[in-house]
Amino acid sequence: MSFVKEIDYGTPASKAEKTVTLTVDGKQVTVPEGTSIMRAAMDAGIEIPKLCATDMLESFGSCRVCLVEIEGRGGTPASCTTPVAEGIEVRTTSDRLDAIRKGVMELYVSDHPNAWNEQRGTGASEFDHVADQVGLTENRYGTDGRNHVEPGIAPGNGSLNIDYIARDESNPYFTYDASQCIVCSRCVRACEEVQGTFALTVEGRGFESRISAGMSEDDFLGSECVSCGACVQACPTDALREKTVLERGMPDRSVVTTCAYCGVGCSFKAEMKGDDVVRMVPYKGGKANRGHSCVKGRFAWGYASHKDRILNPMIREKITDPWREVSWEEAFSHVANEFRRLQNEHGRGSIGGITSSRCTNEETYLVQKLIRQGFGNNNVDTCARVCHSPTGYGLKTTLGTSAGTQDFDSVEHTDVVMVIGANPTDGHPVFASRLKKRLRQGAKLIVVDPRRIDMVRQPHVEASYHLPLKPGTNVALLTALAHVIVTEGLHDESFIRERCDWSEFEDYAAFLAEPQNSPEEVEKVSGVPADLIRQAARLYARGGNGAIYYGLGVTEHSQGSTTVMAIANLAMLTGNYGRPGVGVNPLRGQNNVQGACDMGSFPHELPGYRHMSDDATRDIFEKLWNVKLDSEPGLRIPNMLDAAVDGSFKGIYVQGEDILQSDPNTHHVAAGLEAMECVVVHDLFLNETANYAHVFLPGSTFLEKDGTFTNAERRINLVRKVMEPKNGLADWEVTQRLAQAMGLDWAYTHPSEIMDEIAATTPSFANVSYELLDTEGSVQWPCNEKAPKGTPVMHIGGFVRGKGKLIRTDYVATDEKSGPRFPLLLTTGRILSQYNVGAQTRRTENVVWHGEDRLEIHPHDAEQRGIRDGDWVRLASRAGETTLRALTTDRVAPGVVYTTFHHPDTQANVITTDFSDWATNCPEYKVTAVQVSPSNGPTDWQEEYEELTRKSRRIAPLEAAE
Amino acid sequence: MSHEAGTAMNTDQKLVYMANQIASFFKSMPEDEAQAGVAKHINDFWDPRMRRRLHRIVEAGGDGLSPLVLSAADEIRWPEPTS
Repeated sequence: MSFVKEIDYGTPASKAEKTVTLTVDGKQVTVPEGTSIMRAAMDAGIEIPKLCATDMLESFGSCRVCLVEIEGRGGTPASCTTPVAEGIEVRTTSDRLDAIRKGVMELYVSDHPNAWNEQRGTGASEFDHVADQVGLTENRYGTDGRNHVEPGIAPGNGSLNIDYIARDESNPYFTYDASQCIVCSRCVRACEEVQGTFALTVEGRGFESRISAGMSEDDFLGSECVSCGACVQACPTDALREKTVLERGMPDRSVVTTCAYCGVGCSFKAEMKGDDVVRMVPYKGGKANRGHSCVKGRFAWGYASHKDRILNPMIREKITDPWREVSWEEAFSHVANEFRRLQNEHGRGSIGGITSSRCTNEETYLVQKLIRQGFGNNNVDTCARVCHSPTGYGLKTTLGTSAGTQDFDSVEHTDVVMVIGANPTDGHPVFASRLKKRLRQGAKLIVVDPRRIDMVRQPHVEASYHLPLKPGTNVALLTALAHVIVTEGLHDESFIRERCDWSEFEDYAAFLAEPQNSPEEVEKVSGVPADLIRQAARLYARGGNGAIYYGLGVTEHSQGSTTVMAIANLAMLTGNYGRPGVGVNPLRGQNNVQGACDMGSFPHELPGYRHMSDDATRDIFEKLWNVKLDSEPGLRIPNMLDAAVDGSFKGIYVQGEDILQSDPNTHHVAAGLEAMECVVVHDLFLNETANYAHVFLPGSTFLEKDGTFTNAERRINLVRKVMEPKNGLADWEVTQRLAQAMGLDWAYTHPSEIMDEIAATTPSFANVSYELLDTEGSVQWPCNEKAPKGTPVMHIGGFVRGKGKLIRTDYVATDEKSGPRFPLLLTTGRILSQYNVGAQTRRTENVVWHGEDRLEIHPHDAEQRGIRDGDWVRLASRAGETTLRALTTDRVAPGVVYTTFHHPDTQANVITTDFSDWATNCPEYKVTAVQVSPSNGPTDWQEEYEELTRKSRRIAPLEAAE
Repeated sequence: MSHEAGTAMNTDQKLVYMANQIASFFKSMPEDEAQAGVAKHINDFWDPRMRRRLHRIVEAGGDGLSPLVLSAADEIRWPEPTS
């Protein structure tokens, strides 16, 4: 059993290039200038005792146990705050130092009682470790402090200790015990420096000092705390401690793996006791998160062992029947027979499948392989269809590759950040923390979003400009920004001449200069004042390194692909490519959206974004798979549903997706699924799609399998198995067994063999192997002969496609317009504590922060309709209607309403329409014309649907054995 | 397009709508480029049964299709008969 031990150097690394040589306890060590003595000593293998220092935080110098002596200097300076100097001789131990440290520790110990009702040694042992280190043997002062719990008496039960503060248990995941606190301020500083929320402070002075979340009347849950866990990680005592650790004791082994939530792809240590996870702790070696986390990855993993998980395969003839548990063999042969029957009766193209952006690269690769090799068609798609397919199309067209251009570290070199249609503090919280850190250092921020998202204004971060555009006018606004840049001569001519086609630029510039693209005209459609557009454009063009980060507010529109191209163009005009600090960066929704796209999950392309019609690419796979591949593109998800309603599409294998809840126009999705004869759902839970399924194959969580995820920065991270699959088979094994049942001769024994096949067939992955990932930690594709250890920044010196493509971006208003019947525009999004359709996070304590979807509505619109905060309202569009409770707020402009889609009983997608991106059919989630009115309760649909859900989750009890 | 667009379209109406959307992106380009762009896009991304259906709509008079889609129709590949 091994425990991943990370060295804590005590203070952050210095980035200086100049080095300094010193001796520590007689050992010579050379470190960058600006390094602390504490860190230099650790480099030399000498650990100086410390309490208030940790290398995630700037040094603070308060605990006084890290004192050292320096030859020729007086006193005993703190090694954390004293920088190295050339030639100094440092002593870390001496009789004097030992005596001082013991004295300090003895005082600490006297104010460090056992917690009420707690077993010794269950918590983190950093404090105990230091006590051992300094050789503390006695405590002459006792531990009967007036803020300590009285021995033997439960808090509040006649305890006379007037300053005793009961443990704060309000947060579902961790506790705060004031009497354990040594006021080292590590938590307060972690909240500021690492997370950037500033929720914690030290209240009172001297002996009265206490850590306080929010205002004095707040507890942790009631404060601004976002439960990221940075404070708990930083705490050297048990004052802030995970409840799971207090309950189960310290873990005894750990495995480094990758979070399965958003596209940031944080690295974590899964800390285990036996086969149980005790806690997930962010891994400092993770290059995406650098040791930070959010409430989802850090704490919301309880769904993995939730009672709702289905662990046995199930079959039913009709969707109105109860489920019947069957053996894996029966399930596989049933699906194989049904799929072959459908193909015999309705043609080869009558079945298809959906790969999961939550599963590993290896698993999505296998599903598309099963469909191409086994089904003999290209009817494969993935949930990226409904989120980032326009990114793929738009960036491939303009730059030549379907991915973001930078790594996350790049933000440390950015001067101007433009965030468009993304809400990083909720959707990509760990990246948001890194971004906020850069903003606090002085970088400027432009926010383009219909809502006043948290990034616009929060402690120590304020956007220079917030452009609150009307939903659906992205292209007009971005084109106006480019208009200002070109007409005011702010573009980077030498970059454009070198890296783009000059005649294309001239054409584009002429288009931009047309009067309809001026800020003054665009103000009329977007609602953003012309002056604001001009100033934002000037800042982006001339503010130094400009980086654009965008999300689904860009892609999920009728003109999603055009918007992506407009963004790529804007960066091209200003020369913002090919170095750290710049670029175009899509923030990906799900953990492996990037990977699912890379792995050939789209119906028109094979792994590595190569079109089916390309003979040379098909040839590679035809030879390897010993099959003739179809050169025609297959059906996309919405096309599959249309074809199902029309009767030509009859069967589907859905791996880890919930299209009924996540896809637009629920009624249409339901009609499509209902028209199919064999719907196979492969998932952890009986999700909403499973209401229409005939076969259910239980899935495994990210903790139960090996594989890789690829995050938004193209980083391929290892997912490591920490426990056996509770359902018996990892997801890649399920797909393999299904393929075998269909007659394919697959024989993978480990996911690394699947990665080897990917590397052998896909040039951008040529050098990737589990061995390389194990030694390097992670790599960013392209990873091949030219870049053996991967590519952090793309398009250095030239674009992948050759010349960057500048392309006309005509604004075309969506046909989804508000009018007298539907006067408001609904836009949708997500919230920090919940994830996607909520299947995972709703099955954790995260529901304390967000137990239901609410409709955000401006007080003015609410008042006009007689709606008060918290009232039930009816939300209706041309597609359908639902009910939910209102939340009045001026975060949304008058005329705009907003909701999340995390809860199935709300079914926000009953409201959304079939309108979609012109290039990719990515649905237009972000604009729906609606009306809002007071309501008494659930709609007929909601009631009928609840009944259907109840019925379709019935599982027939196992028949008694003979 | 009726105000019911986006919610109650049948598959033919959807295909017409989607083809016209594609044309609206390419229409600001020179005519031959625009035609080629529309045709290539549909060839690259539409499954054979969708293209076959679009051709049948064109043959039946192309009701509702934008002039650019109609002029690009010749360059949109007829799929081979299915096996």
